[in-house]
Amino acid sequence: MIEVKDVYFTYPNGIGALKGVSITIQNGDFVAIMGQNGAGKTTLVKHFNGLLKPTKGKVLVDGVNTRDISVARLARKVGFVFQNPDHQLFCETVEDETSFALKNFGYKPNIIERRVTWALNLLSLTQYRKTSPFMLSGGERKRVALASVLASDPKIVILDEPTIGQDHQQKEKLRQFITQLRAQKKTVVIVTHDVEFVAECNPRVVLMTEGKIVADGRANKILTNYNLVTKASLVPPQVTQIFMKLSDLGLPTNVIDVYEARKVFLNSLEGS
Amino acid sequence: MSVFDGLKFRKVSSPVHNLDPRVKFFFVCVLFVVAVMFFQLLPLLVLFFVPIPFVLVARVKREWIRSLKGASMLAFIIFFFNFIFNYIYNEYPNIPSASLIEYSVAMTLRFVVLVETFSVFFLTTSPDLLGLALEQSHVPYEFCFAFTTAVRFVPVLADEAQTIMDAQKSRGLELERGNFLKRIKNYIPILIPLIVSAIRRSLELAEAMESRAWGATEKRTNLYVLRLGKTDYALAFTSIFMLVVAILVWRFVPIPPLSVILSFLQL
Ligand SMILES: Nc1ncnc2c1ncn2[C@@H]1O[C@H](COP(=O)(O)OP(=O)(O)O)[C@@H](O)[C@H]1O
Ligand SMILES: [Mg+2]
Repeated sequence: MIEVKDVYFTYPNGIGALKGVSITIQNGDFVAIMGQNGAGKTTLVKHFNGLLKPTKGKVLVDGVNTRDISVARLARKVGFVFQNPDHQLFCETVEDETSFALKNFGYKPNIIERRVTWALNLLSLTQYRKTSPFMLSGGERKRVALASVLASDPKIVILDEPTIGQDHQQKEKLRQFITQLRAQKKTVVIVTHDVEFVAECNPRVVLMTEGKIVADGRANKILTNYNLVTKASLVPPQVTQIFMKLSDLGLPTNVIDVYEARKVFLNSLEGS
Repeated sequence: MSVFDGLKFRKVSSPVHNLDPRVKFFFVCVLFVVAVMFFQLLPLLVLFFVPIPFVLVARVKREWIRSLKGASMLAFIIFFFNFIFNYIYNEYPNIPSASLIEYSVAMTLRFVVLVETFSVFFLTTSPDLLGLALEQSHVPYEFCFAFTTAVRFVPVLADEAQTIMDAQKSRGLELERGNFLKRIKNYIPILIPLIVSAIRRSLELAEAMESRAWGATEKRTNLYVLRLGKTDYALAFTSIFMLVVAILVWRFVPIPPLSVILSFLQL
């Protein structure tokens, strides 16, 4: 469980990136943190594994204040996948890359071997085991970065902008993958402004603007609230936009999912 | 990375920002030369205060102090080594003399003077103006361009290094762990991604430049041309005056150590 209690954060250059943020993320939650560029999303999630410590207020991870524990220790519990895989890949082979965190945490070789095999298999990277990560494509490098974090089997997984620069197929894979993580009762936090991606997953949405949380609730509630969404410089999902335009037909305006939309639409056609 | 912050230029207008970069650079060089000429505490102490009015006028106090803080560790090391080695060679096993302490402080102060003047210079001079100054001093354009690009990418690289450090810490890397050799090895996971991305960035830059016909014309002209104004001449003359005075003092005036002056004042 992550508890953020009235956190303020100011960067050394004087920019106040968080201004009184409070939020609780329960075990097994699936949360999408959304908002425009510079809203403070990355700053907030960097507090979850102690990379940043609040200027004021506190952050508790499973009841432990992030001030009292090192990032390296928290990292066993909280896996953080950065936006750009090129910011972390440095080993000669994908295998070494995947075992880096495990070695840092001091696991035994046989356990490392097992975990690496498991993680590479999970992300369909087994064939690249002995390949240099620098030889892989962008999407594959992103998956290596993901594998290297998941290999240590953290309870909480944070993904910063996981869909940027990914084609539709890769996004779909990512979605299935998140579903898998959720089935394993993991807490998943994604940072994104990809409205369509979030609409397909229907997680809990936390909307941020200018260092504050302005809304918190299920995706089908938040993303269909036109005023809220535009205030955060986003647009409602396309399906919702259509339904909003068709509201004089008596159609509901809180639909975000294509399948649900189809059902609602067919029902209303039958009714008339 | 706070040392780099002290060199980061931000575009504002102030009398110091508007000075001609060539004159400003000349002034910095004079301070530099004078600082190296003297090894006594008194003149270095005077030099220490010279850049401060510039900092106040340019309103870059916070950034400037940050760069000094960033250099404080190195300053301490300089003091420590000067003191220890001179003590062991010259005075051991007597108690250290006042002049030895004074000398070590002076050497440290010399370093601080160099850092503070360079910090003011880079904080108040835009890389573009600097490149322009080089160009008008008949340095080949390729060199000017390489120089301005390098300067411009320092803060970008510093930000990137921070992100990479965060990413590796999130994978359990502990930079501060182990003995000296291990600590150096700890930086490999930071350096490799940093270098790879710098190379990738430079290749991208080269492609972008070529696609915009870089080097197509032999003779370049500039939209802006640097011209010396009144304040520029004033600073130039001040610099020359300072240099002359410093040389005269250095040549003809014996400078008493601070301890002597203090005891003289007490009498
Ligand atoms: N390392 C940093 N130093 C100074 N300011 C920063 C740094 N990182 C982010 N900021 C500033 O903090 C604010 C929030 O940034 P960030 O959390 O990255 O936003 P988001 O991830 O929502 O786009 C922005 O105004 C940004 O300019
Ligand atoms: Mg971000």
